[in-house]
Amino acid sequence: MTEDDLHQMIGRVKRGALSRRGFVKRLAAVGLTAPMATQLLALHGISPASAQSVPAYRPTRRGGGGALKILYWQASTLPNPHFAVGTTNQDASRVFYEPLAGWAADGTLHPILAAEIPSVENKGLSEDGRSVTWKLKRGVKWHDGQDFSADDVVFNWEYAKNPAVAGVTSGSYTNINVRKIDDHTVRVEFERPNPFWADAFVASRGMIIPKHLFKDYAGANARDAPTNIRPVGTGAYRMTSFAPGDTLRAEANPAYHMENRPFFDTVEVKGGGDAVSAARAVLQTGDFDYAWNLQVEDEILKRLEAAGRGKVNIVEGGNIEFVQLNATDPNREVEGERSHISTQHPAFRDPAVRQAMAMLIDRNALEQFIYGRGGPATSNFLNNPPRFASPNTRWEFSIQKANEILDAAGWARGRDGIRTKDGVRLRFVFQTSVNAPRQRTQAIYKQAAQRAGVDLELKSVTASVFFSADIANPDTYTKLYADMQMYTTTMTQADPQLFMNQYVSWEISAKANNWQGRNIVRWRNEEYDRIFREAEGELDPVKRAALFIRMNDLIVGSNHVIPLVKRPLVSASLNSLNHVLSAWDNTFWLLGDWWRTT
Amino acid sequence: VTQYLLRRLIIAIPSLLGISVILFTVLALAPGDPFEELATNPAIPPEVRANLRASLGLDDPVHVRYFAWLTSMLRGEWGYSFVSRIPVDELIVQRLPTTIAVIGASQVVALAIALPVGIYAATRPYSIFDQIANTLAFVGFSLPTFFTGLLFILFFSIYLDWLPFVYRTDIEATGWNWWWQQLRQSIMPVMVLGLFQGAAWTRFVRSAVLDVIRLDHVTTARAKGIPERAVTMRHVVRNAMIPVVTLVALQMPAVFGGAIVTEQIFRVPGIGSLLISAILANDTPVIMAVTFVIAALVVFFNLLADVIYGWLDPRISYR
Repeated sequence: MTEDDLHQMIGRVKRGALSRRGFVKRLAAVGLTAPMATQLLALHGISPASAQSVPAYRPTRRGGGGALKILYWQASTLPNPHFAVGTTNQDASRVFYEPLAGWAADGTLHPILAAEIPSVENKGLSEDGRSVTWKLKRGVKWHDGQDFSADDVVFNWEYAKNPAVAGVTSGSYTNINVRKIDDHTVRVEFERPNPFWADAFVASRGMIIPKHLFKDYAGANARDAPTNIRPVGTGAYRMTSFAPGDTLRAEANPAYHMENRPFFDTVEVKGGGDAVSAARAVLQTGDFDYAWNLQVEDEILKRLEAAGRGKVNIVEGGNIEFVQLNATDPNREVEGERSHISTQHPAFRDPAVRQAMAMLIDRNALEQFIYGRGGPATSNFLNNPPRFASPNTRWEFSIQKANEILDAAGWARGRDGIRTKDGVRLRFVFQTSVNAPRQRTQAIYKQAAQRAGVDLELKSVTASVFFSADIANPDTYTKLYADMQMYTTTMTQADPQLFMNQYVSWEISAKANNWQGRNIVRWRNEEYDRIFREAEGELDPVKRAALFIRMNDLIVGSNHVIPLVKRPLVSASLNSLNHVLSAWDNTFWLLGDWWRTT
Repeated sequence: VTQYLLRRLIIAIPSLLGISVILFTVLALAPGDPFEELATNPAIPPEVRANLRASLGLDDPVHVRYFAWLTSMLRGEWGYSFVSRIPVDELIVQRLPTTIAVIGASQVVALAIALPVGIYAATRPYSIFDQIANTLAFVGFSLPTFFTGLLFILFFSIYLDWLPFVYRTDIEATGWNWWWQQLRQSIMPVMVLGLFQGAAWTRFVRSAVLDVIRLDHVTTARAKGIPERAVTMRHVVRNAMIPVVTLVALQMPAVFGGAIVTEQIFRVPGIGSLLISAILANDTPVIMAVTFVIAALVVFFNLLADVIYGWLDPRISYR
């Protein structure tokens, strides 16, 4: 589909010749649907049809649904959305707090505290893409009876952007300006035309905390606010008790702003334990209604599912398990720093070696024997939303071809079977974190590589060390003091901009930035940098998607990054539970709409 | 005795200080950082992470952090958890009732098994009862708790579907029903821990009693015509209890320290699970507080054991 086709189609939607749903469907058919599809329509003055993208809610009265019991194998510790480190705490916050809008599974915006989704049509979006005006829902009350208003929204912006608060949401609020128009209207203004306007006040980073309870704690004392652990929100459930690291309990909010909601009288989120027994407690014994994030071998899940009590839910997101081939030399020290950007990897600087390495990992085997439904093989680094997925990449597993490529490039086998050229041996240290599937992947890779005359030395580092930001430790993944490494990188937003900055040259991880740069593989490409800059300001969603696809093709084509498998979110629920899940938002993004069939 | 107690307590102070220094240094040297999750999240600017570290004083040198910790500890301030920003003492108090109930009950079960079985087996060495008790004791302490725990879950929860295997602190029931629910969910963790501990102690009680039963004063007592029962209870068991008391006393801190593995398996929110999650999250104040409390308890119960010796055996004097 070309850009013109798309604009024609948007025109048809505008004239009413094509329904909005039909439009999204058509985009899906060509691999172009996304949360941004809605924004695409909105930018052209068509308001999103969000009501249909959430499954029907049937209960006809509030409450009476009994208890909803949810099991997390990680326990929440701090239910303040601005301090929510990790999904567990974000989810815990979402039980009580709500954003203006959330992302539905089909990538459309669903209004929560907003009266409507802004669009050019309803004058919510400015045509130059430099501001968005949110109309707030009226009659919304905090759990303590106070009114929710525009002041609260503005306060959240001031709170989150304050460096003294050190909130984890600050990234979404620092380069914007928020103005109160009246008690129920706020305008978000951007410095430059912003293609991804639905970030501040939306979804996991947009949950709104009450001004009247946090205003005295909006500085360096933010972490001392008593409300941090006794949340007062606008959500469908209000807190009854919270034991950090153990259980969170909530009861139905009798004054909730949505009709007939919530269905359940109480909600309990129990934390701790391990993923396998969490799956058991839902699928096998039915003690709990829902179990979160089941990173469990698919074989086990299938066996538990056979009990017939519950089902496994697979929700696709953007997380990906991948291998990095270091662009710099990890064994040479320059100015007290290994893997220094001024060096080149002696073997990986040869494209033939990288190409061969990409051919030596059997992604099919990974999907079939290790990850199952929890890890479909992929050849792209950027996989989701589907409209950003490149159709141009292929992956291939062929030891024979890898051998041919290396032979042709002049890497000859030595007496021990390991290839050498100009004194450089194809012997690589391959590191990853301690994690059963990763060690099995390492073993599969090593076996195949051996048959191509490449020797992999496997190294596994405890996760708490590998993923730490400890400057003194040489084994962290951001230092990459190894030839190659493997881990999962997460995509927390429906927009790929923050995800794809992992390969721009100004993000290179180095001593100078305490190894906090995002470009860990230390790959540099002028074209990539230029395209990324272009995408940052590109308002046309179609052109923008094309730019991201090009970025994906560049990095994957370099073979410095070898995508292995996608990591969708896997959870389990009882057959009778009707939940509303979404890959682009928190598990509890629409907890008020969960109900049980009796 | 008072003087002895005082002296012991004064000696305890430097050893506790030493323990705290070692704990703190080890923790400071250990890798990891409470905000590592932030590091992998693309949406969080590195400055935020740096700010957070600075605000918690993580960038100060180790000795500065240690003295800051020590002075606030002496003033009775236990500090705040890095991850939940709750006073550490509050966190510990929250976990204490469950820990004492579950682990305490398991110790009682262990004693209730070990004492009668051990003594009875020792009074009839190499009898059928002794053989069976010995074999079971061997099996009992050879099986690690994580194994028996899983076995119990598979059998009682999955296969028979009798007992729940997720421990909940907030049972919505009152009166007898509450006790019943509590019993149902506690019985597996209590038995797993109790049987393991009981098996180990049974062997210990048996050998301690065997040692004493051969001594001359026992033969003398029997020769005087004192009934066998009285001989065993008054002349044998009381003397045999000295090593057992040491063992039990040293085990007592575990009641507060919790049982990390078992708590994890059954999701019991005790101090053990608090400790392990704090370690995994690099939550230094919580790790320090819990380990330090355990260290203090070890010192205290050692002292208590020494005092009980004197009551069990008047020949032991305090000087």
